[in-house]
Amino acid sequence: MIMNEEIIIAGFGGQGVLSMGQILCYGGVMQNKEVSWFPSYGPEMRGGTANCTAIISDEKISSPILNTYDTAIVLNQPSMNKFEDGIRPGGLLIYEINGITRKPKRDDINICQIAAYDESVKMKNTKIFNMIVIGGFLKVKPILEVENVIKGLEKVLPERYHHLIPLNKEAIQRGIGIISYERKLN
Amino acid sequence: MKELRLMKGNEALAEAAIRAGADAYFGYPITPQSEIIEYLMAQNTEERTGMAVLQAESEIAAINMVYGAAGCGKKAITSSSSPGISLKQEGLSYIAGAELPCVVVNITRGGPGLGTIQPSQSDYFQAVKGGGHGDYKLIVLAPATVQETVDYVKLAFDLAFKYRNPVMILSDGIIGQMMEKVELFEQIPRSDKEYDWATLGKKPGKDHVIITSLQLQPEEQEKVNLRLQEKYREVEKNEVRYEAYNTEDAEYMFVAYGSCGRITQKAMEMAREKGYKAGLIRPQTLYPFPVEIINKVAGQVKRILTVEMNTGQMVEDVRLAVGGKIPVDYYGRFGGMIPSPDEILNAFEQKGG
Repeated sequence: MIMNEEIIIAGFGGQGVLSMGQILCYGGVMQNKEVSWFPSYGPEMRGGTANCTAIISDEKISSPILNTYDTAIVLNQPSMNKFEDGIRPGGLLIYEINGITRKPKRDDINICQIAAYDESVKMKNTKIFNMIVIGGFLKVKPILEVENVIKGLEKVLPERYHHLIPLNKEAIQRGIGIISYERKLN
Repeated sequence: MKELRLMKGNEALAEAAIRAGADAYFGYPITPQSEIIEYLMAQNTEERTGMAVLQAESEIAAINMVYGAAGCGKKAITSSSSPGISLKQEGLSYIAGAELPCVVVNITRGGPGLGTIQPSQSDYFQAVKGGGHGDYKLIVLAPATVQETVDYVKLAFDLAFKYRNPVMILSDGIIGQMMEKVELFEQIPRSDKEYDWATLGKKPGKDHVIITSLQLQPEEQEKVNLRLQEKYREVEKNEVRYEAYNTEDAEYMFVAYGSCGRITQKAMEMAREKGYKAGLIRPQTLYPFPVEIINKVAGQVKRILTVEMNTGQMVEDVRLAVGGKIPVDYYGRFGGMIPSPDEILNAFEQKGG
């Protein structure tokens, strides 16, 4: 089957939203997939919400910008408000529990929750929060090998941070372990 | 296999400029293309290839620095976004008039005025119809992917020197900001070739070389104009580039370029799935415009829809190419808004397929 995964990732600036998309895309490059990444750029990045579109596909990608998504990963309430409606029926919503005050309302999509922030506190490093979320995503949608995502991370991360790669690997594993379904469609 | 990298359009463009053996970049930052100068600065190009990278005091200064470097036969490039490109128009007209090679990049944003920082194609007219004063043309390349951006930097320098004419890479905020897989070409060494038209100081036994766009005698200016026109006819004959999809059996044709071209490609595929025999022509050169292929398909299809991120500019050139044979409609979003494939398909169906 031809794989084509269109993902929106959204949250506050500083949560690592843009780099999550980049890491997934570089993972895609490592796995010989076609990829595209498009950020929200401009005033909305300065202190407000940030989002990016990541597309990972077996086929050439025509449009890098989307109105509807296979998966939305939302890390705060404004992002939930903005992107929940754009998820295609049967698609996937992953949300971070601590960022959300109103539960999702859709009943025609798969919904997963992840307490990535709590887990990052347990790991004593809140900066790897986004890698925990990536782990959760890869558990539910195993479109990429974890090994390839790590290889992608090595490309995205400046060399002076490469000693943190084992920690990031651990974070992905934790994410895989803690994500849970709130609703799973048959 | 060569190394594949995931790069932002702007950064890939900057890397391609270094690898193309550019001698100099002069520019002034503006969203959404500031990564170009940022990347070049971070690359320490002076050490890497000896390429000069300078942040000028303004866009006007930058284009005139390009003029100077080009006059010495050097490979010079500048980049900006719409309002900054407007500031460069006087310099571009002079460079075209003086018949010098250079590359100018426009990562277009919405306008008029300071407009918006989001992607747009509203500088089409400015790019292909002259922009500055006087009868001149830029060769205009329109990349749709990060890979094409990289390849066109090399091509742009080649064309600029082949025709001694400024070449514009007309891109936009989508291609500039997005990241894609890209394969970079190998470093081309900087050239120390001394062109006979370049001003490098008078050599014994040789005449003065004069670079100017000023002719006091109208007879002389007319000669310049005729020579330029001759050059443009050559360009039109040799340099038309486009991609055509599903033209063989098409009954309907889309025409769209750049980022809008790839979005429209998706809409065309969706139209195919719904049973419409649709095709797409994506001009890769906007000047010279792919007149011949569009005229040819006009004898085959029922109608043409152009899709643009402006209020309808390229549609005029498509209509000229079609010569009234069939209806040509336009659909677009503008001001920084980007059309979705569904929206385009909807417009296509509303216009009667």
